[in-house]
Amino acid sequence: MAEPMKIRAILQGDVADVRVLMLHPMETGQRRDAKGELVPLHFIQSVVVTHNGKTVLDAQWSQAVSRNPFLGLRVKGAKAGDRISVTWVDNQSDKRTDEAVVAPAS
Amino acid sequence: MNNMRRAFLQWAGGIAALAAAGLLRPAQAWAASWNKAGFESKVVNDVLKSLGAANPAESKEITITAPDIAENGAVVPVAVASRLANTQQISIVAEKNPFPLAATFEVAGGGEGYVSTRIKMGQTSDVWALVKADGKYYVARKEIKITVGGCG
Repeated sequence: MAEPMKIRAILQGDVADVRVLMLHPMETGQRRDAKGELVPLHFIQSVVVTHNGKTVLDAQWSQAVSRNPFLGLRVKGAKAGDRISVTWVDNQSDKRTDEAVVAPAS
Repeated sequence: MNNMRRAFLQWAGGIAALAAAGLLRPAQAWAASWNKAGFESKVVNDVLKSLGAANPAESKEITITAPDIAENGAVVPVAVASRLANTQQISIVAEKNPFPLAATFEVAGGGEGYVSTRIKMGQTSDVWALVKADGKYYVARKEIKITVGGCG
């Protein structure tokens, strides 16, 4: 089952610094388990980040992205209270969407 | 006779299941946009071809932030910042990985030309940041030394 993501968005001037941590095994299909059998490919293929419903980043990933992937990006023209939403879909059609609110600079 | 019929039915059933699994997948929405050719390429040139970026120009406006030496190849932090006007797309390519193309990011709307993530690297190699800006491709490279490979 897909675990919730951790999303943090902090305003720096008019740019929101967004950091996302996803929980996913990101299996490469080359690793063998304890019994010596190949662990099948299982990785996030697509990640979409939206800012108040508008897409700001549309990413395609391969299995070369590390386990429990981290994604950092910057969104221009953001204000405190804006909604940042992240959706990922993996190669087994599992998906997960989480949302966060842009926090003012501290 | 009956045994052969059993065997045939089993075989036919297996093929049907395979076909169903194989044919249903492309129908899903994500499969249309995912750059299958690029992600399955084994050499950098094929990756460039799949993106339509045959001869990217070297650019000093692209910065790759990554360690010179990464002890653990399974977790190599890589950040790419592009100061090129109208940056549309950023790809991260690890030259000597079994499948070099690690990720492609399409930047849209209010997105800034900056992404950071963590990738796996099998061995010491150049990492390419391939940036599409105003319809043209630009590239910056940085060598990252890997102590323990992270692809196995």
